[in-house]
Amino acid sequence: MKATVRLQREPFDAAAEVAKLTRGRTDVGAVVTFTGICRGSEHDEPIAALTLEHYPGMAEAEIERHVAEAVGRWPLLGVTVVHRHGRIVPGEDIVLVVTTSTHRDAAFAAAEFLMDYLKTRAPFWKQVETTSGKTWVDAKTADDDAAARWKAPRRGREAVE
Amino acid sequence: MSMKLRYFAWVRERIGKPEELIETPSSVGTVGELMAWLASRGEEYAHAFENPNVIRAAIDHHHVRPDAAIKGAGEIAFFPPMTGG
Repeated sequence: MKATVRLQREPFDAAAEVAKLTRGRTDVGAVVTFTGICRGSEHDEPIAALTLEHYPGMAEAEIERHVAEAVGRWPLLGVTVVHRHGRIVPGEDIVLVVTTSTHRDAAFAAAEFLMDYLKTRAPFWKQVETTSGKTWVDAKTADDDAAARWKAPRRGREAVE
Repeated sequence: MSMKLRYFAWVRERIGKPEELIETPSSVGTVGELMAWLASRGEEYAHAFENPNVIRAAIDHHHVRPDAAIKGAGEIAFFPPMTGG
């Protein structure tokens, strides 16, 4: 199992990340990739950019904990998560999740699980830049509901939202 | 007890600094009590913690609930609900 978690300011190359998990192998039967992209509008208002703040150290640790959980729940051959921070303009990529497995079911489920948890549990905060100023994005109840679908029994000190 | 506090997003903006070292009185035992104690330290803290139900907390890089004990914590962070991904 090859797992990679990376936070960076720079853009990423989704195809190159997929190749790292598949090249030279004949056991991978399914690759699922999800790319989150910065939209040009928020609540019908055009935006100039998003700025993503994160909690260095905890962001990596939290994503790694969810990757470990995904690996425990589904028969994965590889997982890559890349999350950007800093200023991102519309049309640019924000986040990438790649999962590989022998069959598609595990790859699809794990990718969706990881995205739902990234949205609600990874310590990142989006600030929207428009012509009228900067505002913090409000958390969406729909994202909490999406993450709650995967809820496992509580373990240790960690709070399950 | 001495510990490092870190603030993110609008909690950081309202308090006006990203981090600080603090000494807490012995009466402060949980994360929730720490928020209440911080809120009494000045206008900027009162503003940041005016609605403690929406503030999330982490101890040493792990999410915790307001009833979590702060004893032994090295770093406690306060932030709004997360909006990454």
